[in-house]
Amino acid sequence: MIPELGHFALILALCLAIVQSVFPLVGSLNRTPSWVAMARPLAYGQFVFLAIAFAALVYAFLSDDFSVLYVAQNGNTELPTIYKVSAVWGAHEGSLLLWVFILSAWMIAVAAFTRSLPEVMVARVLSVMGMISIGFLSFLLFTSNPFARIFPAPLQGGELNPLLQDFGLAVHPPMLYMGYVGMSVAFSFAIAALIGGKLDTAWARWSRPWTLVAWMFLSIGIVLGSWWAYYELGWGGWWFWDPVENASFMPWLAGTALVHSLAVTEKRGAFKRWTVLLALLAFSLSLMGTFLVRSGVLTSVHAFASDPARGMFILAFLMIVIGGSLFLYALRAPGISRGGGFGILSRETLLLGNNLLLIVITSLVLLGTLAPLLYDAFDWGKISVGFPWFNSMFVTFTPLMILLMGAAPLTRWKHQDGGELLRQLRLALLISVVAGVIVALPFAAGTWSAGLAVGLSMWLLTTLLTSAWRRLRHRGGIRAIIADFASRGGRSYYGMWFAHLGVAVFVIGVTFVTQFDVEKDVRMSPAQEIVVNGYRFRFDGVSPHEGPNYLAQRGTVHVSRNGREVAVLHPEKRTYKVQTRPMTEAGIDASLFRDIYVSLGEPLDGGDWALRLYYKPMVRWIWLGGLLMAFGGLLAASDPRYRLRMLAKLSGKAAPADPLTAGGQA
Amino acid sequence: MPAFARYLAPLLAFLALAALLYKGLSIDPRTIPSPLIDKPAPAFRLPALKDPEQFISNTDFKGKVTLLNVWATWCVACRQEHPLLVKLRQQGVEIYGLNYKDKRPAAEQWLQRFGNPYIANAFDADGRMGIDWGVYGTPETFVIDKHGIIRHKHIGPITFNAIEHEILPLVKKLREAN
Repeated sequence: MIPELGHFALILALCLAIVQSVFPLVGSLNRTPSWVAMARPLAYGQFVFLAIAFAALVYAFLSDDFSVLYVAQNGNTELPTIYKVSAVWGAHEGSLLLWVFILSAWMIAVAAFTRSLPEVMVARVLSVMGMISIGFLSFLLFTSNPFARIFPAPLQGGELNPLLQDFGLAVHPPMLYMGYVGMSVAFSFAIAALIGGKLDTAWARWSRPWTLVAWMFLSIGIVLGSWWAYYELGWGGWWFWDPVENASFMPWLAGTALVHSLAVTEKRGAFKRWTVLLALLAFSLSLMGTFLVRSGVLTSVHAFASDPARGMFILAFLMIVIGGSLFLYALRAPGISRGGGFGILSRETLLLGNNLLLIVITSLVLLGTLAPLLYDAFDWGKISVGFPWFNSMFVTFTPLMILLMGAAPLTRWKHQDGGELLRQLRLALLISVVAGVIVALPFAAGTWSAGLAVGLSMWLLTTLLTSAWRRLRHRGGIRAIIADFASRGGRSYYGMWFAHLGVAVFVIGVTFVTQFDVEKDVRMSPAQEIVVNGYRFRFDGVSPHEGPNYLAQRGTVHVSRNGREVAVLHPEKRTYKVQTRPMTEAGIDASLFRDIYVSLGEPLDGGDWALRLYYKPMVRWIWLGGLLMAFGGLLAASDPRYRLRMLAKLSGKAAPADPLTAGGQA
Repeated sequence: MPAFARYLAPLLAFLALAALLYKGLSIDPRTIPSPLIDKPAPAFRLPALKDPEQFISNTDFKGKVTLLNVWATWCVACRQEHPLLVKLRQQGVEIYGLNYKDKRPAAEQWLQRFGNPYIANAFDADGRMGIDWGVYGTPETFVIDKHGIIRHKHIGPITFNAIEHEILPLVKKLREAN
């Protein structure tokens, strides 16, 4: 009964989405206030029905209702409760349901937090979001119904993929989807503005906090995915350039470009066409990612049940959404006014430079991801683009980007005097070159790439400090910083500050872990000791251990350094009862400057085991950098100027007579 | 030329991409290359299925063109492709087997019942070798040349078509090559 309710709620949500995509939009064009006013209630209604559908599926998992096919495939009575819940989005159908549910959450957020915007704008934005919702709801209902029943119902379920039975992976998809779907808000704002034919700085200011929040979620999602891959897959890697990872990385890159471009449009009215194109691109890449993952055109370690019929559906949907929006762009772009001009040396130029670099990287990631397909389609033979290609591409463009990134915050808008900029930067330049050279010398790290990375990170750090010092010079003290935080534009600045610091931290982490990690494949007998990079590993054998739904062989490894015990690690080899798939659970001792990582291999004769021992310097900095970037995004999104306007509007109570013309919308 | 023509570039780029994706849908994803293609076969040394005292390793492949077929008794698709493997063997193709996550008695019984197309079988009880070889699932078939380099990977059950148009021509070509 409950699953049917869920199914029915999905159908109702689709009906509401159809109404939402038509009436508010048409009403905004032929000036029918009552139709415009339908936008918000419809969005709330859709959210309610999707929440019912989602709750119904969660209930089906919690109550082990194996008469529902999806639950029978992915649920199991012995699954711990948290994984019963996360199993809801553990496979194709349920993860799509989560996708639309999150979309509806973003819709009600837009409905609730846009009271200060012109009604017409909000109506159009919600209509566009309604259209996206139609696409995904019909995809769900017609090709991937999560509530389909089977008869007779099996007594036990097939269980969630053991790889996904993990806390990191329980929260990774919701975060990632918050990011993917959040990009739909910037997209819808862009479409709404294109429909109205008016792209102004107000539009940029409205889109900016939404884009920042979506970007923040996307960053967290990617960090979680990378962290999970590191500790769960058992070979200590943190990024694999897998198509599914690339699918999340491309919208992130485009989103990063968008966040910066929006800043220019808001502050200077420049780059309007470019910004609107980026807003379309960021969401289009999110959709494209969905296509690549679910259609089965590319193989990946993330096995989603792939099905050509589903692929065809998504492709048709992409054609409508992306093709339609780019067509609208081509129609409207000639009418978009040029913004404020700027000199050859100005903050605009540097931001534009980095924007272009980000888009070049995005295109290359796209190319690398699609290359196998491209070669296949043209019968050029078969290739697979691997690690080295992506890495060398990244190593080529990132230093350039960091150079510009360091200088941009110290450069003026519109026009910057070259000599003055050089005077401001010379201390930072000196410190970073010296730091880089020292690191590159044989007695330190001794490699040029490490020197380059440290130099670049120092460059970011010192320019950030210079910029903060200049900002606070006149005010001084902690109080000044606090006051700055409360001021308009203050948090945007500190958001930038932390996000850029995150990049510096990330670069250090990546460089050190790729250059100086030590990996040893060894055969160890009980009580044997092996020294890796100054750490003494003593293997104390393996004993059986029983988990809630798995049996494990649990090893014990004592790690000590200079005679003092550092950690006792318990790497495991698990066999899950249902899927009987062996899983490695690494034993990790984490700290800020190094991880000790032990994974258990195969049992060998005579009580010996194969073990992998790793020493990974500064690997945590990779994720720490990512989290700092996300924190920066949050800080910038919380800038008071986005709320001050709203509060001013509310307290002003200058209720416009005709809500349709409020805000000067044509 | 209308004013918006130059702003059509993004749309055109997308349409080209969409055409590629459309084509991608019609290409069998099973033929997507394995990263191991044109790389030396990963080293392994495993007990033989018939006799745990004997070992099978890479060196057995040296100097001849061989097929390595990954199979298991619990795999329905393997049962489906099995007669074709027997036929390939009769045509003189040298086939080694990788018995994947299986039980010895079951596997031996299978070979007695359905015929044994394999020169020998490596017994990979816990799928260790499967990981090194990038096995997604059973059945999969690798074509390895005289120098021990993987030249082709077929994912899923071998079909008559695949034998006639891919595997046999490739084996012939590799045999003639130095």
